[in-house]
Amino acid sequence: MPRARHLAAVPANERATDERERSWQRRRSPSSQSGEHPSPAPRALKLKLYRAMLLSRRLDERLMALQRQGRIGFHVGHRGEEAAIVGAAAALREQDWLVPCYREFGALLMRGAPLATYLDQMFGNEADTGHGRQMPDHFHSRAQRCLSVSAPIGTQLPHAVGLAYAARLKGNDDVALVFFGDGATSSNDFHAALNFAGVFRAPVVFACRNNGYAISLPSSRQTASDGFACKAAAYGIRGVTVDGNDVLAVHRATRAAIEAAAAGAGPTLLELVTYRLDAHSSSDDPRAYRTDAEVAEATTREPIARFQRELLASGELDAAADEALRAEVAAEVSAALDAAQARSKPALDTLFEDVYAETPWHLRDAARDAREGSAD
Amino acid sequence: MEMNMVQAINAGLHQEMGADPDVVVLGEDVGRVGGVFRVTQGLHEAFGEQRVIDTPLNESGILGTAIGMALYGLKPIPEIQFADFIYPGFDQLVSEAAKYRYRSGGEYTVPMVVRTPFGGGIKGGLYHSQSPEALFIHTAGLKVVCPSNPYDAKGLLRASINDPDPVLFFEPKRVYRAVKMDVPEGAYEVPLSQAAVVRPGADVTVIAWGAMLYEALAAAEQVAGDDGIDAEVIDPRTLWPLDLETVLTSVRKTGRLVIVHEAPRACGFGAELVSLVCEHAFVHLEAPPRRVTGFDTPFPYALEDDYLPLAHRIAPALRETVRF
Repeated sequence: MPRARHLAAVPANERATDERERSWQRRRSPSSQSGEHPSPAPRALKLKLYRAMLLSRRLDERLMALQRQGRIGFHVGHRGEEAAIVGAAAALREQDWLVPCYREFGALLMRGAPLATYLDQMFGNEADTGHGRQMPDHFHSRAQRCLSVSAPIGTQLPHAVGLAYAARLKGNDDVALVFFGDGATSSNDFHAALNFAGVFRAPVVFACRNNGYAISLPSSRQTASDGFACKAAAYGIRGVTVDGNDVLAVHRATRAAIEAAAAGAGPTLLELVTYRLDAHSSSDDPRAYRTDAEVAEATTREPIARFQRELLASGELDAAADEALRAEVAAEVSAALDAAQARSKPALDTLFEDVYAETPWHLRDAARDAREGSAD
Repeated sequence: MEMNMVQAINAGLHQEMGADPDVVVLGEDVGRVGGVFRVTQGLHEAFGEQRVIDTPLNESGILGTAIGMALYGLKPIPEIQFADFIYPGFDQLVSEAAKYRYRSGGEYTVPMVVRTPFGGGIKGGLYHSQSPEALFIHTAGLKVVCPSNPYDAKGLLRASINDPDPVLFFEPKRVYRAVKMDVPEGAYEVPLSQAAVVRPGADVTVIAWGAMLYEALAAAEQVAGDDGIDAEVIDPRTLWPLDLETVLTSVRKTGRLVIVHEAPRACGFGAELVSLVCEHAFVHLEAPPRRVTGFDTPFPYALEDDYLPLAHRIAPALRETVRF
């Protein structure tokens, strides 16, 4: 519908802003996506997703508290976005690749990584396979085909295209699922990756977690387009908007996109519409750019309480089992945190290893100097 | 077989792609047309469009996609059409390729060779002439290779492809078709991080790479004839990690050092070479080390020959260093 017609009395710039804000408000509570009636998900899958979401939430709560106590340096959580992250990751097949941004530890765990894999990285301890080189929430795990998180925005998107291209060249049907936030859609590499994926018809699924904010900026400040899924059209690929707070809808849409990619039908851009309940990270104070009322309103739609209501209503979960599950998850997190905290710092030599496969002379010299406490 | 550098690299690419199905080439115009310098000519016909990939015009996309391929286990050889255009992909090289092994504790690696023509001498002006090697030497995790002749180019290419880390392979485009020499038809490696003493001498050490090696050699011949100065000319071949030992052995012998490079002087690789020599062989120096380089200006078009550190600028530096 041409919006401008009934907004003609409003000055153009104001009109655009107002209308875009309204558009985003609508997007924060998307209605049912289609008239289709998918076959119901099995109870076992639902409970698996529910447990994974509870685990993520519990980790977020504990890690943020530990950060406030000075026990870890930083945390970038995903409270409120569990359905988008866990639901999409659960749709991956064993051979598929997870290409994370920094907010997807729930996806790593959904892929079967032990809690220690994540928490040893969070504490940067001697058991971290990254040897404490990266700040918290920059994990990786080859065992789960999960690539390594970096901090620049959007750089991981072309990697997913390369992985997918390589898989197809080798005759494998692996698909790469790459996560990124709404802010990343403004990056050079978002354009590069979607364009390359479209031209190559690479088996990639682009999962844009539209959580409403890129640090302080609302989505309306990232794009003038009506959401992000529509950007797919310009690259000649499919774009799908999904209620990112509906874990089963996310799972279904992602699985469909993966199957399409594996079947040779090319990439899909999924826009998972959700809401970032917490600050951007432990270093951010969102009261400077959004109201408590807005967060309270979003909290009424947050995915875990919603899924809990559904499971209780359908009888697939009862209150006692729910409580037991939450207690089990809390105990598991506590035990894993205790173990990760108890480990030592990485050895000094690890500072100089893995820069290259073979450590060259100048780094051997530097390692020797560091060991000996030499001035240079 | 007599070949120029374009032919030698092309032959090397044919050989490596033929021997290993994991080697792929990607970039702008690398496929059907064989690259704007024709270095990838014939690969498209020989190995097909799936392995010789014409990409959309985006360097970050080329390098980012190549990184993904390398993470999967391929050995991609992305081409950046001119080194001057590598900057849109700089983030992918610096933030991603260079750091992937380190940040994943070796679980993931990026074995790729970024080929790119560099340097002046073809009247390319600001944007078809630059020598950005120092930017990549400064980035921990990258290797930087620069062949100066067809034989080394083919051998260094094979060593770079077989290397498990990301390599920047700078091809001096002024040399591309200017130098011909005998190049073996079979596969061979010129090992990385091994410098070559191209002209042995006793009085002064000259370090130069790429097209400037020939200028350094010309200057060495000039001062040998005119002044009886016996210069030793070293081609590092791999700029980083550097074969420092060959440099130090030479400087300990000559006591004098002149460095030649096309790139601007400030923070150029010459600065690092001078520092290393001062740190490791200061007591052997008989004169202040000298740099003969491009100026700290953008690379000019009409005055290209005035900008480049050609033999007529190198020879006086050799004389002054020896007479210091």
